[in-house]
Amino acid sequence: MSDGTATATVAERSERSGTRFDIDWVRRNGVFVALGLLLLANVFLTDNFVSTGTLRLQLVQVAPVVIVALGMALVIGTEGIDLSVGAVMALAAALIPLYVGYGSVGAIVIGLVAGAVVGLIAGVLVGVVGVQPIVATLGLMVAIRGVANLFGGEIKSIREPGLVSLGTGDVVGVPYVVVIAAVVSLAVWLVVRRSTYGRQLVAVGGNKLAARLAGLPVRRVLVTTYVVSGLLAAMAGILLAARSQASDPTKLGQLMELSAITAVVIGGTPLSGGQVRILGTIAGALLMQLITATLIFHDIPDSTAQIVQAVIVIVAVYVQLGRGKARRS
Amino acid sequence: MTQHSSAAAAAAVGAVGAVGVGDPVLQTVGVTKSFGGVHALKGVDFELRAGEIHTLVGENGAGKSTLIKVLTGVYTPDGGEVRYAGETVHFRRPADAQHVGISTIYQEVNLVPLLSVARNIFLGREPRRFGLIDVRAMNKRARELMAELGIDIDVTAELGRLGLGSQQMVALARAMSVDSRVVIMDEPTSSLETAEVETLFRVARGLRDRGVGLVFVSHRLDELWELCDRVTILRDGEWVHTEPMSEMTRLDLVSKMLGRDVEEVRAEGATEFGSSHRQAGEPALVVSGLEVANRLHGVDLTVRPGEVVGLAGLLGSGRSETVKAVYGALKARSGEITVAGRKVRTGSVRGALASGVALLSEDRKAEGIVPDLSVRDNIALAVLPRMSRAGVVSEARIDALVDTFMKRLRIKASSPDQKVRELSGGNQQKVLIARWLATEPTVFLLDEPTRGIDVGAKAEVQGLIDELADQGLAVVLISSEMDELVEGADRIVVLHDGHVQAELDSTDLSSSELLAALAGDRERDSRPASQAPNQAPTQTEGQHA
Repeated sequence: MSDGTATATVAERSERSGTRFDIDWVRRNGVFVALGLLLLANVFLTDNFVSTGTLRLQLVQVAPVVIVALGMALVIGTEGIDLSVGAVMALAAALIPLYVGYGSVGAIVIGLVAGAVVGLIAGVLVGVVGVQPIVATLGLMVAIRGVANLFGGEIKSIREPGLVSLGTGDVVGVPYVVVIAAVVSLAVWLVVRRSTYGRQLVAVGGNKLAARLAGLPVRRVLVTTYVVSGLLAAMAGILLAARSQASDPTKLGQLMELSAITAVVIGGTPLSGGQVRILGTIAGALLMQLITATLIFHDIPDSTAQIVQAVIVIVAVYVQLGRGKARRS
Repeated sequence: MTQHSSAAAAAAVGAVGAVGVGDPVLQTVGVTKSFGGVHALKGVDFELRAGEIHTLVGENGAGKSTLIKVLTGVYTPDGGEVRYAGETVHFRRPADAQHVGISTIYQEVNLVPLLSVARNIFLGREPRRFGLIDVRAMNKRARELMAELGIDIDVTAELGRLGLGSQQMVALARAMSVDSRVVIMDEPTSSLETAEVETLFRVARGLRDRGVGLVFVSHRLDELWELCDRVTILRDGEWVHTEPMSEMTRLDLVSKMLGRDVEEVRAEGATEFGSSHRQAGEPALVVSGLEVANRLHGVDLTVRPGEVVGLAGLLGSGRSETVKAVYGALKARSGEITVAGRKVRTGSVRGALASGVALLSEDRKAEGIVPDLSVRDNIALAVLPRMSRAGVVSEARIDALVDTFMKRLRIKASSPDQKVRELSGGNQQKVLIARWLATEPTVFLLDEPTRGIDVGAKAEVQGLIDELADQGLAVVLISSEMDELVEGADRIVVLHDGHVQAELDSTDLSSSELLAALAGDRERDSRPASQAPNQAPTQTEGQHA
């Protein structure tokens, strides 16, 4: 590297810091603007877009992503990451047909507990042992997928009426799945805003050393966060299995960790921790869902949709890094 | 570009052959360097001769490390010039300095831990055979080199498995093998054991005798007289003094480093501190025999309510370590801490906080503020559980608390919701003071509370410390500024090399006394008995009360 380019980068960077405010604004609100524009475009360009059937389908499809992404947002708020969520979904779903003999509630509780236990393991590895979050949860991602396969074996169908109605039923036209996602969103929002734990979480993510020196229970906060993430992932897995009335441990929840991280990141939560954006995360999940749907409506192949998603993620991360650099210099 | 400068560097090495022992090998002339308005170096002249060990001394912010970074090509100077073997050189990056023959040895060894000792010594210049590394030849040469240095290390061992001291020997061996003309050692001894230090010194002297120029930086003053030939003193980014080490007394060195006579400071009234406020009563804090591995060797400290006790000492004397260990942020090997008569569990921040100890740490950015949180959240951080019921935060109670402290400390922010990173250093410091006062401490440990904040905020913080003591808080004040200590503290405890060197009454303090204590002068015995360290009188006082 020659020095000429080095100086140029410095100059560029200081120039960019002049527009820092704008980048900051884009980072915080870009997802809402993009979502609004895409909705508007679909209203005009897509036939039958404004119909209860279409909207309902979109919301039902996005609900599990939102639930997982909320847990992910909390983890990312602590400057961590949880790659095990997809596998946890599969594990919870795989346990359902096995324990359905205890009734739907019993099976669901077992599935949720399994998710919480995986979260506990991740939390202890990260918070107590001190393993890097990406390493700890990558290991769990592989291991738990294996456990799910071990328990679940091949695809099993779910016939239990309670579970089936959980997946497909509705209250006054709103599917249960969507109601549950909304309730979870509200609960997580309240926890972040109002609870002692929520306040401590952003402080731990913002400056771990300062948090420790201020006497905050850093370990407990970290462990709790991963447990919540595991619990929410298990919930999403159960809902997904209930909706499809089948549990397929090899496929279910695959790449969900990426969808969840994407939703969080394009929602404006920095990967460097210290902030949790609940509305942004929900909007991020909706935006990704809508992009995929839009492309499908217009007969553009799935592979293209994936490429578009990738581009959006890169842009979102770039916007964040631009800000991060400006802050450092 | 890289090619080009390497070629130039190679040419420079060729030209250096002419430097004889005693001639200047590395010089700076009027070097300046600033960082965003802060002048770190203000025209520094420095000269290193071939065949000498030259020490650079100065307190925090003196410009020592900036100068070293200019010499080693990490920083490019804003003005002035660097001369190597009499010729002006322009180092653009560390590699340029290395190419001409300047080696640097840092406290943390920057070699490759997973490679063998021999590989590390010859890294990038491995002897080759048929295009492959000739391991046998390499190990042989490494062994010869080690023998020459009198170092007993298996050259095939993985570097990372050796002790830190041995790793530094390897770094030195590498410096020798590249035929360095200049070796810069930045605090190489701070984590070494005594025996390792001796070997390091022996090797350093060996290098000097071969005509290498060495720059040696250490905060252990004894080492300077033991090893170095000349000393250059920097203060506030300026050159102050250069002299042969043998003609310099400890007192002289320390007073030149600190710059001002204590008498002079006292006469000025440069701070906002009022008169002394000693109160009798049961001690609020008693520390006895506090030991921290490699750092503190039995520190005793007593602070009464309403008293400000200054903690003085040069860099590395253990000031910050003392308060950190009291606060539980640093693991104490042994020692006992009592607050208001009750024993405190050592090694636990939450235990210390619960007993009424608060610590304003020295590093505001890394250990204090949570930059992206609001002023409000930063103030309430340490008392969240107290502001909550059943895990739910009471916004009203936090608002009341934050409002009180923002008014009381005159924190200037657009609103309590402003992010704390947008505030000035002085206001950030006030936010942190508010955070700790909110915990209602009985003992407040302040580590450099006025460093890096503007004059106005400084005066306010000093006034506040006075006020807090008047209200009965027991305060421990660490400061590198002599005037702050002498005027602000009722009593000054001087630390040297991890133990209490002296305890001085600040109302009746002579400059020579304080400087002697700071320098860790061991000729105290020659002074009248009344000036001997007064741990004993303090204890008697405590018993009276």
